[in-house]
Amino acid sequence: MTTTEQQIDPKLIKVLEKVSDPEIPVLSIMDMGVVRSAIIEEDLVKVEITPTYSGCPAMDVIGDDIKKALKEAGYNSEIELILAPAWTTDWITPRGRKALEDYGIAAPLSAQADKDALLGNKKIVKCTNCGSTNTRLVSQFGSTACKAQFQCDDCQEPFDYFKCLK
Amino acid sequence: MNNNNLYQYILGIADNSLILGQRLGELTGHGPSLETDIACTNMSLDLFGQVRSYYQYAAKIAGDGRTEDDIAMLRKERNYLNVLLVEQPNTDFAYTMARQFLFDVYHFLFLQELQKSKDLTLSAIANKSIKEVSYHQRFSSDWIKRLGDGTEESQKKMQTAIDDLWRFTDELFHQTDADKSMVSEGVGVDVTKLKDTYYKKISDILEESTLKIPESKYFQKGGKQGIHTEHMGYLLTELQYMQRAYPNMEW
Repeated sequence: MTTTEQQIDPKLIKVLEKVSDPEIPVLSIMDMGVVRSAIIEEDLVKVEITPTYSGCPAMDVIGDDIKKALKEAGYNSEIELILAPAWTTDWITPRGRKALEDYGIAAPLSAQADKDALLGNKKIVKCTNCGSTNTRLVSQFGSTACKAQFQCDDCQEPFDYFKCLK
Repeated sequence: MNNNNLYQYILGIADNSLILGQRLGELTGHGPSLETDIACTNMSLDLFGQVRSYYQYAAKIAGDGRTEDDIAMLRKERNYLNVLLVEQPNTDFAYTMARQFLFDVYHFLFLQELQKSKDLTLSAIANKSIKEVSYHQRFSSDWIKRLGDGTEESQKKMQTAIDDLWRFTDELFHQTDADKSMVSEGVGVDVTKLKDTYYKKISDILEESTLKIPESKYFQKGGKQGIHTEHMGYLLTELQYMQRAYPNMEW
């Protein structure tokens, strides 16, 4: 239960990659790192998912979407929500980070850099529109629990920053 | 292990977050600015999320067919075990942030210790929640500084809020029977040991914010025994309205 390793049956990877985060549709739940295990036991697939934030309202939808996707692939499934080990932004894959940036959400920085950024000490968050780091924090809380609001002082574009969670 | 003590212990933790979450949720669409409105409701959402994990666990321990919703929504006032601090109203934004700050600092210290609980469910919830609470603490501390070290008017308002809410802080460190029993089992957190660190942290931030540390030695208590302030009934009326009006309603 405390392993940080994912255990995903190779046969299921393609199916699970098709399920996306309902609040960030460009991001597959696999790239998000919320699927911790998916194991085929006889005629049942057992899937363990973990929430990004405790109150994340997307989890119920993600669970349903996984069930649906597996059903279409011919599997019955059982979804379990697990809390340990707790999700961290480190589990977002490089492909996931790129998808976030392309979508207009700045990917999470390291823990120390995140602190500096959110306290407004350093200008390090890169604008997703023009790439400038001349950006400023508008609010530590954004449109969803996992994001903060920033604005670029060069191109004036407002954008979301995915907060580091460690 | 005595399951009733564990059940009561979980409620003691969860009720704080439920009631504070409800207070913050009242600001949905009513925050002083768009950003603060979103921040307060984000924190509310985090707290409700944490609370679900606690109540699901409590429902399992109780094992009498009640669900997480029954426990959250259908108790009477005397059966809620939250501290008096979290039920205090959103008088103005200074009060909202002062209440948040006085609770967040405690909440963070508490979760730090709860992570070491022998109870794996509680330690997992603590481990998850503390990451969110560190953001809450940063946000509320920041507002203490901005308002405290702000204009004459903002400083006055923040000082009034801190002075007024101060009397509810001591209760955070009172031990209930369930607390004592869970501490001896290695499951619970000994809150008495958090007290010095708490007041030190609070004092440091108040000083930095050019605010005075209240000197009053008069403290109010009762929430942990289910004896609440007059604000609690109104809060519960709103919290429970849907479940009372439409029993067993589902979202």
